[in-house]
Amino acid sequence: MPLLELEDVEARYGAVQALHGITLDVGERQVVSVLGANGAGKTTTLRAISGTVRRSGGLRFDGKTLPRSPEAVARLGIAHVPEGRGTFAELSVDENLKLGAYTRRDRSGYASDYEELLKHFPWLAERRDQQAGTLSGGEQQMLALARAFMARPRLILVDEPSLGLAPLIVKQLFDVLRAWIDEHGMSALVVEQNANVALEHSERGYVLEVGRVAVEGTADELRGNESVRRSYLGY
Amino acid sequence: MADVLQQVVSGIASGGVYALLALALVLIYRSTGVVNFAQGEMAMFSTFVCWELLDRGLPYWVAFFLTLAISFVGGVLIERLVIHTVSRSQALTVVTVTIGLLILLNGAAAWIWKGEQRTLENPFPSDTFDVGGVVIAAQDLGIIGVSLAIVLVLWAFFQRTRVGLALRAAALNPASSRLHGVRVSWMLALGWGLAAVLGAVAGILVAPTQGSFDQNLMLPVLIFAFAAAVLGGLDSPIGAVVGGVVLGVVLNLVGAYIDFFADLRLPAALLLILGILLLRPNGLFGRSVVKRV
Ligand SMILES: Nc1ncnc2c1ncn2[C@@H]1O[C@H](COP(=O)(O)OP(=O)(O)OP(=O)(O)O)[C@@H](O)[C@H]1O
Ligand SMILES: [Mg+2]
Repeated sequence: MPLLELEDVEARYGAVQALHGITLDVGERQVVSVLGANGAGKTTTLRAISGTVRRSGGLRFDGKTLPRSPEAVARLGIAHVPEGRGTFAELSVDENLKLGAYTRRDRSGYASDYEELLKHFPWLAERRDQQAGTLSGGEQQMLALARAFMARPRLILVDEPSLGLAPLIVKQLFDVLRAWIDEHGMSALVVEQNANVALEHSERGYVLEVGRVAVEGTADELRGNESVRRSYLGY
Repeated sequence: MADVLQQVVSGIASGGVYALLALALVLIYRSTGVVNFAQGEMAMFSTFVCWELLDRGLPYWVAFFLTLAISFVGGVLIERLVIHTVSRSQALTVVTVTIGLLILLNGAAAWIWKGEQRTLENPFPSDTFDVGGVVIAAQDLGIIGVSLAIVLVLWAFFQRTRVGLALRAAALNPASSRLHGVRVSWMLALGWGLAAVLGAVAGILVAPTQGSFDQNLMLPVLIFAFAAAVLGGLDSPIGAVVGGVVLGVVLNLVGAYIDFFADLRLPAALLLILGILLLRPNGLFGRSVVKRV
């Protein structure tokens, strides 16, 4: 049984219908990419899962129907790293991380996860008391991932982590995401415009076109797909 | 000089009360995004509750803490039943609702307690101490002590606890907070509960200093608290405390040496509010966050 299943999910913003029936799934310990042009509905797909947009259709997590409120979804173990990163700009880096762990009760687990986090993002230690709004874009994206990690979720939803970042940073972000997920047996659903990096770090992927799934397959299948190559991989 | 210091100390005492009510205003402004014009009347109502409990024979500090608990529940209920239902409307609608609450609470108190003058027990002795020529009233010290204790407890709650952090986060970035599992809507209710507790303390401290009180006890105090909050910056808790104390001391000093000023304190406070809103809308400590886009 997949960890997350969407079946014919529709979503709308007022009169605008953004999703016209999305069916996809994410298995245990998998990283799954969602590719697609601007406006295809990638962000809305993540929002439909986390409950931040009105949606209908079948949404199941671990076999059970997903609740509608973002708080309840988060408490089930789904961490959403949103478009725009969701930084608490006025709070310190440390407080941002503590908020990441808000739903957790085990203090010792938090401490050991923090230590592990420092191995990937050593700069966090010296920036602990700095206002998070003053971090660079790349640092804020790492912090957003770190907040999600600190929740010890079963599934992480990540929306365009590469946006506005240098290629080297993007690769590092994806490497860390992959490593953390493998280490802790989590899963991830990653929206990305940078299809090359995303597919390199994924088992499978979906390509969305105007609110529908146009192509799906393993990372290799997508890389081998003529139209995917031309539209998203650029060769 | 001793005389001036004496005025400063009693100014700090009244400033402490302004600070508590100003903190309540800031708390709600940060989370709900509006000035709660009913804050003073909520405090007045709490003061009557305390009076009622004392009248029924409860020991002072039992009545005190019981009033805080009742006020907390009352604040939460007001948010859940009234504010929450209009929270999706424009700020103007919410402000209007708080003004409606002001009138409602004032009328309800006049009806329940017959609009008569009541006297609230004074928990502090009427002694004075002589510290190097400066005569300090025990009452002033008591008020300063209680205000300070409340401010410190509140500070510790917001800075040192998980729920306090969630409350701040919910006010700063509700959307992101929800994604982290923070029940933002309940955080707002909690904020109203805490604001009601702050108001209750302010009312209970200020009532005995007036000799007697009725349902109009907090109207002037709210104006001073509002001035203090605006002076410090409506979204700054530190600003509220500093603003309250500064305002208390200045009003007291000017009032002590310029006799006709006593009657002008309220207009002066209103002028101050107007002046700051025009010249420096963020106040002294208003939000100054370095944002990178
Ligand atoms: N808040 C909103 N109100 C109205 N329409 C919206 C809103 N957000 C998105 N849409 C519309 O929904 C559709 C899907 O948008 P979505 O943000 O999911 O696309 P996306 O694939 O994430 O695009 P991008 O790559 O640009 O981030 C678009 O047509 C968009 O215009
Ligand atoms: Mg998007």
